[in-house]
Amino acid sequence: MSEQFVDRHIGTDRAAQSRMLSEIGFDSIEHLIEAAIPESIQVDKLRAPGSGLLPDPVSERDALAELKHLASNNTVRRSFIGQGYYDTVTPAVIKRNVLENPSWYTAYTPYQPEISQGRLEALINFQTMVTDLTGLDIANASMLDEGTAAVEAMLLARRASKSESNVFTVDKDALPQTLSLLIGRAEPLGIEIRVADLLAGDDPEGFGVLVQYPGASGRVWNPTWAIERAKAAGAIVIVMADLLALTLLKSPAELGADIAAGTTQRFGVPLGFGGPHAGYLAVRAGLERSMPGRLVGVSKDANGELAYRLTLQAREQHIRREKATSNICTAQVLLAVMAGMYAVYHGPTGLRDIARDVHAKATALAALLATVGQPVVHDRYFDTLHLHVPGRAGTIGEEARDQGFLLNVIDDNNLTISVDETTTEAEVEALGRLFGATGAFVEAPNVIADDLKRTSEFLTHPVFNTHHSETSMMRYLKRLADYDYALDRGMIPLGSCTMKLNAATEMEAVTWAEFSGIHPFAPSADVAGYLELIRQLETWLIDVTGYDTISLQPNAGSQGELAGLLAIRGFHLANGDTQRTVCLIPSSAHGTNAASAVLAGMSVVVVACDDNGNVDISDLRSKIAEQGDRLAALMITYPSTHGVYEHDVLDITKAVHDAGGQVYVDGANMNAMTGFARYGDLGGDVSHLNLHKTFCIPHGGGGPGVGPVAAKAHLAPFLPSHPFAQSRKHVLVAGDEVTRVAHNGTQISAAPYGSPSILPISWAYVRMMGEDGIRRATASAVLAANYIARRLSNHYPVLYTGDNGLVAHECILDLRPLTAATGVSVDDVAKRLVDFGFHAPTMSFPVAGTLMVEPTESEDLAELDRFIDAMIAIRGEADAVAAGQWPADNNPLVNAPHTAADLAGEWNRPYSRELGVYPFAQGGSSQLTTERVRGKYWPPVRRIDNAFGDRNLVCSCPSPEAFESH
Amino acid sequence: MANPTDLSYTDEHEWLRVDGDIAVVGITAYAAEKLGDIVYVELPKVGSTITAGAVVGEIESTKSVGELFAPVSGEILEANDAVVASPELVNNDPFGAGWLVKVRVTSTGTLLTADEYNALIGE
Repeated sequence: MSEQFVDRHIGTDRAAQSRMLSEIGFDSIEHLIEAAIPESIQVDKLRAPGSGLLPDPVSERDALAELKHLASNNTVRRSFIGQGYYDTVTPAVIKRNVLENPSWYTAYTPYQPEISQGRLEALINFQTMVTDLTGLDIANASMLDEGTAAVEAMLLARRASKSESNVFTVDKDALPQTLSLLIGRAEPLGIEIRVADLLAGDDPEGFGVLVQYPGASGRVWNPTWAIERAKAAGAIVIVMADLLALTLLKSPAELGADIAAGTTQRFGVPLGFGGPHAGYLAVRAGLERSMPGRLVGVSKDANGELAYRLTLQAREQHIRREKATSNICTAQVLLAVMAGMYAVYHGPTGLRDIARDVHAKATALAALLATVGQPVVHDRYFDTLHLHVPGRAGTIGEEARDQGFLLNVIDDNNLTISVDETTTEAEVEALGRLFGATGAFVEAPNVIADDLKRTSEFLTHPVFNTHHSETSMMRYLKRLADYDYALDRGMIPLGSCTMKLNAATEMEAVTWAEFSGIHPFAPSADVAGYLELIRQLETWLIDVTGYDTISLQPNAGSQGELAGLLAIRGFHLANGDTQRTVCLIPSSAHGTNAASAVLAGMSVVVVACDDNGNVDISDLRSKIAEQGDRLAALMITYPSTHGVYEHDVLDITKAVHDAGGQVYVDGANMNAMTGFARYGDLGGDVSHLNLHKTFCIPHGGGGPGVGPVAAKAHLAPFLPSHPFAQSRKHVLVAGDEVTRVAHNGTQISAAPYGSPSILPISWAYVRMMGEDGIRRATASAVLAANYIARRLSNHYPVLYTGDNGLVAHECILDLRPLTAATGVSVDDVAKRLVDFGFHAPTMSFPVAGTLMVEPTESEDLAELDRFIDAMIAIRGEADAVAAGQWPADNNPLVNAPHTAADLAGEWNRPYSRELGVYPFAQGGSSQLTTERVRGKYWPPVRRIDNAFGDRNLVCSCPSPEAFESH
Repeated sequence: MANPTDLSYTDEHEWLRVDGDIAVVGITAYAAEKLGDIVYVELPKVGSTITAGAVVGEIESTKSVGELFAPVSGEILEANDAVVASPELVNNDPFGAGWLVKVRVTSTGTLLTADEYNALIGE
């Protein structure tokens, strides 16, 4: 029999598993699962075994062959569609060293800053790039895409504006997919979108005004006057700007904008049929506390050395819940790193040259068209020509397509052509011939108006003016990668984050041209391979979740949640139940749940949890009774955020249904049940999954993510749609029958299928695992968590367990008794784990003062034991502090993590240097300890002072002088 | 840090130093410690009217956000600009330099004595 991928994916082999099973007192993994998962929800008890829809698994090689076949059904034509998506040259040094490098793509969100300095520096480069080009003061570390960045900017404007108005004005030359997204997202919040022709003098009314710059039509005009009028009336002004154009055009800040937003896709990030790409958002000083998303700032470490970390985190939903500035958590870090590095590699001069070259191709094309009397509608443009071709737009579009070109055909009479970095002179000539112009490429003058020409400097920081040779760039990327801890170094046991293997084969197809080179609005015939891949993945995900239909459009878990809640809202409204607006959320829920509910126009009522961390059924019943016919939904997480399979889940969902409510099941913890139990069978009406958790898309250091929303058939009409979707039809599974159903709900992402270029990752995972493989993965994950819980239970109490004393796929170690007895905090333990060569588990969620550990199925027994040994050793160190062996303010725990600079400096510690940096090698030498000593991960900085950075906000690249020691 | 006996307290962990119809308000050492390193303080505007029990400001630490509840009804006479500029004052000297606002009191809500407050926080 040929080699199976499942044996590569799962870290523990049969022998290791039998040792682990005997540790926890089970004779087989099947018995463990039988005991852990309540019988009433086990899928085998609910449907005939073998009736699932997942195909039998294939080998890695065969999966790639199948993917190649799917890819070959896509047709990559040269895109001149534009509309926010432009072809670009990904510098090979960035592709190989970032996009295809597990040191970057397997990293987690940089919540542990001491082991994340590399990507934090890369992100502060990104933020500096955005603030420099927009001229504004503070930029965040990326948004999900341009359309949702516009929505977030609108919401920010509403918070910040003093205007009482509920009107938001959008200039008519905004991107159509942005406008449609704004309209859909505004409606549940009572915001009225008004489309105005600001150039023609329409009133810029309301609390906010949005202008596209350059416009969707390609037009470049000076909106200063309209912006001044809007601001005088109390509006916050948003300019959606193209960063490449800004190298030649006056910045949004110079035009008077309060906020700038957009995409950084054309900075070296492939089209990918719509994503993932990094959106951006920048604000003027004074708005930073209302800003959504993650923000990197400068602070200092325990030596006073400059260091980076996430700042102003108290804005975020994990703290502020329903009062958060946004529901967004995962951003697009990997793509933001790529875009930032594109700017580092090209520098200000290189970027300006690229922009001039793009503009020159546009003017040359206009000049060619002029030779045959074809005028362009707007004589001031950057890269896009709007052509009025009465009655001929469709024909010209078809002729272009036959020649391998895609144009943006607006209607019978109008089309636009956008050139980009990759456009050649020969292509400009070929485009000219479509209109009868047979001349050769001739340079033509720049048409950017003098009053809009950029004169201000940008990207003056040395980082953008140093790494212009490939050798220097390669080494810079290597140096930053070396600062960081990712899955290529060791386990990242983050509870609720499922940091499992992102297999190389799964990653393979992401950069294939047939997947990466396609415009999101390409005609459906060109994306047949994508549509088939999406159809298959939809079918498989429906099967494992127990729902009837699914949308892959949400490009993050938070967006999946929102889409699900909007579907519930749509359902109630369609039934005439306009009063059903209350969303019940357990106190243990992740803060994003509450933030999403608010954005779906719901109000949040909190349901208590009992001492075991489960939903308090009697409180739930009383809240349901209290809300009466106002009840819209209950959001629960399963297994619970405490890592327990709640026994009463069927009672809970029934109580909600009986009262006319809908049940939202958060799929964050799906890795604990995939293949054994299904959300649909629990009574869920809708769920989101995180393909970047359960289905192997890498975390990318904080994105990309994909958060599909799956639902029962009655919610299908309310799932996300898109004005330019190649197909409105999605898979519908009804019993044994697989058919199609239309989704007609609120658009949730800028692109019709969200971030499709990373879907081959999850496709490959399911294709290579099959149902049996997925079950084995789940069981192995549950076994690993229970093994850790059991082995550490004598050293740390395990906070919540279900039946038979078992946990699900993660366990909560209660550090509060240790802290009370020894003064050693969760932070101390987390940072000391760095010295042992680990990423800390999830800290203080869902319970303050605890660590939540999720080992996943991919770690082998040696790595699990290494973690357990580290935690036991740390317990010993804490006890030594309590016993007075070391002072409370000078011991290996409070001084952690230890750096190489610590060793080289004066050593005034009451413990040895060896204990400081090689705590794992205290038991004498062996080959293993020698290897670990030699391969040790050295954190680049000591513990970082979070408060200093929050009190002294700096969010762009610090000057070289700032690195001098204090 | 012991809770001074000459102050009044609320169950929202605020203290008041009442002198006639004027009250100086801050948060207790217990509250400051629970919040952790305070990095941002937002106070009501001088001249604004506050109502006992309503949210009138925010105290943000690196890890969490605490709402400032008006302990009394009245008019804001002064806001401590020093804590806005240096929020760490609230951690370093909660009962002194870390005071937040001075209020002309029109009516008070339920106030606790130091002993009652000690009992509330289990000290």
